Amino acid sequence: MKTLFSLIGLAALLGAASPAQAKLNVVATLPDYGSIAEEIGGDKIKVTSLAKGTEDPHFVDARPSFIRVLNQADVLLEGGAEMEIGWLPALVNNARNPKLLGAAPGHVVMAQGITLLDVPSGPVDRSMGDVHPAGNPHFAHDPANGKIMAAHLAEVFGRLDAANAAFYQANLKRFNERLDLKLVEWAKLMEPYRGTKVVTYHKSYEYFAARFGLKVIGQIEPKPGLEPSPTHISALITRMKEAGAKLVMIEPNRPRKTPQYVADAIGAKLVIVPGMVGGQEKIKDYFSLFDYDVAQIMAALKELK
Amino acid sequence: MNVRNIIGWSSALWLSAISLQAQETNPLDPVQKQMKQMQENFERIIKEQQRQIESLGQQVKEMQKGMTNIVPVEAKKTPEPLLPTTGQAEAMPPAGAQTKPWSPSDSIRLAGGQQNFLNISFDALVAGGWSSAEDVESLQPGGHDPKQRGFTVQNLETTFDGKIDPYFRGQANIIMQIDPEGETAIEVEEAFLETISLPWNLQVKAGQYFSEFGRLNPMHPHSWDLVDQPLVNGRFLGADGLRNPGARVSWLASTPFYSELFLSMQNSQGETAFSFRDAHEDGLVFGRPAVDTRVKGFGDLLYVPRYVAAFDLTDEQTVMLGASGAFGPNATGKNTDTQIYGADLFYKWKPRTQSKGFPFVTWQTEWMYRRYEAAAYAGDLDNPALPAETLKDWGGYSQISYGFRKGWVASLRGDYVTGRQAGLEPDPDRDMRWRVSPALTYFPSEFSKIRVQYNYDDRDNVGVDHSIWIQFEFLLGAHAAHKF
Repeated sequence: MKTLFSLIGLAALLGAASPAQAKLNVVATLPDYGSIAEEIGGDKIKVTSLAKGTEDPHFVDARPSFIRVLNQADVLLEGGAEMEIGWLPALVNNARNPKLLGAAPGHVVMAQGITLLDVPSGPVDRSMGDVHPAGNPHFAHDPANGKIMAAHLAEVFGRLDAANAAFYQANLKRFNERLDLKLVEWAKLMEPYRGTKVVTYHKSYEYFAARFGLKVIGQIEPKPGLEPSPTHISALITRMKEAGAKLVMIEPNRPRKTPQYVADAIGAKLVIVPGMVGGQEKIKDYFSLFDYDVAQIMAALKELK
Repeated sequence: MNVRNIIGWSSALWLSAISLQAQETNPLDPVQKQMKQMQENFERIIKEQQRQIESLGQQVKEMQKGMTNIVPVEAKKTPEPLLPTTGQAEAMPPAGAQTKPWSPSDSIRLAGGQQNFLNISFDALVAGGWSSAEDVESLQPGGHDPKQRGFTVQNLETTFDGKIDPYFRGQANIIMQIDPEGETAIEVEEAFLETISLPWNLQVKAGQYFSEFGRLNPMHPHSWDLVDQPLVNGRFLGADGLRNPGARVSWLASTPFYSELFLSMQNSQGETAFSFRDAHEDGLVFGRPAVDTRVKGFGDLLYVPRYVAAFDLTDEQTVMLGASGAFGPNATGKNTDTQIYGADLFYKWKPRTQSKGFPFVTWQTEWMYRRYEAAAYAGDLDNPALPAETLKDWGGYSQISYGFRKGWVASLRGDYVTGRQAGLEPDPDRDMRWRVSPALTYFPSEFSKIRVQYNYDDRDNVGVDHSIWIQFEFLLGAHAAHKF
């Protein structure tokens, strides 16, 4: 019993020692949201991203240390659209931070204001795999959606930290100007490859493809979330050969064997296209994500010619 | 007794202090409050609308500026105006859902989507197999274990959960089982509310719930790594685990690492308080008839303190250490108590390049020690006399699981329980026994699994037994979030 009381005492002591935060403490579920937040918040905010750019955002481990991170946060940026449904709710439940709950201004759903793709128009059930009824949650992989997210963040940060509202708006303006230039640059680079047919591992490149004129015509996964089966792969190979798919695009964390096999069989090129900031060492922020991905795709397509 | 009384009174004070605090924040009487709220709502709506108009204007301007540079996209995305306040995704209804009215042939969606008032799910756990032991019910002490040769419906669990209001979250797990006689039994496994907005990192849970003792006890059977319950849990905490109506406070400590302190106060009687005021199935508790006891003071309730801390060893490895206790009176006498102490360790490795949650390695170990003060018994024609004595038992299990490729998990568990020699000999509830269980699990998706397990059992005074169990699980409805 004595140990119990001394533990209480110890913990209380440690509790009293934690300093007050002056900067807005922002926690992002995914590094993409974190990167945009850094662009808008600059040195007025502190950003922590829970998931790593190299991992599967649907299956991030609900590490207990995240509970502490969320407990201290002023703002939580989550994707919504069921992106984090498998790991975030239990963390937020235990974080005991009313700032991040429900309609609190510190609870930011990044999908807000974004038109989601792949919203099922017919009936949905789980025999179709893990279909997200709200739509495809990988929306951050379209740089134009970056503008919507950035505007949202500038507005939220300005509301929570009114003293710096003008600073956030100025950063938003700069971010938008830079992104506009980049959008033109990337579009120009990808223009010659418009209409290229691609196979992807998961339905996670729909936004990127729509932005840059690539045509996603098949997936290594037979249904969202399921592992490839031999029958699916052989049917996919036949279909992709006929359609003339040129690229097999996968994230860095996917198993390589089957995608490589498919690429070889259909005479396409396997290319690793990170879907998130930090997915590759060179990808330090939201801009370099698309710089890198566009360069990878162009290099692969040039090799094919 | 004394210490328990102190904990009892202090936690009662703690609880009442919290509720007092909650009252103080609402000094207005209901009507005034309502009026004020209405006014505030009205003002907020006006403000919201104004802001919306402003941001719309701004958006349009920005879009006009921005869009001229952007190459048109096949998907025809017209970014919707930002709705400034709610921060909830229902602000953006999916286009498809809006245009197509519901027709009777469409399925009714209970789970998923953003309008989440009540999540409902149904989980079924069924096992089949064979054992060399004829007395499978005593070989397998867990309430959700396979109970006979052939098939066992281990657990049919309906779960409801959701936010109740801005102050509470609620959860209920109603389970059904089909016993070996073919009778269906319904049980309220858990039904509790949990606060979501208490100050000082506190959280109160109240209702019927699993005590936070160790790691496995509060986990529901479908999230276990093996078909059956560890022996030590069955022996000390009971076939159905330690759970009872009560209230608990937990405090998320302000340490740089995650650590949490729990203190639970629960009823101390019934089969879900097995080592406490429970008469056991045959009315004999370690050879002594159960005594009728009543709660006279706070000291007669069950107290379950727990402290748990977790450390990230590296970016891919986490270790979690816990210490628990359970203190309360038992059923052998008017003034006899039981103390259970537990230590647990959980280690996990999951690379930050995981795809669909694989690969991973987990290692989970729990050790428990029980001190059971048994009263003297004069004996009768059928039962021998027994002295007043303290029964000391200990045991534990250790299990390792390796998710070696997507959907596949290999597990191995070792179990050991024993008791120091006492007046009653032999006693199958206290005799030494150990078990080794390898298992292989395949998850076709997140919502189903098939598991095969072999048990090598060695019981003192009984002998060696072999069992093979195959387990099947399916989950319908809400997607549960995985806890660490």
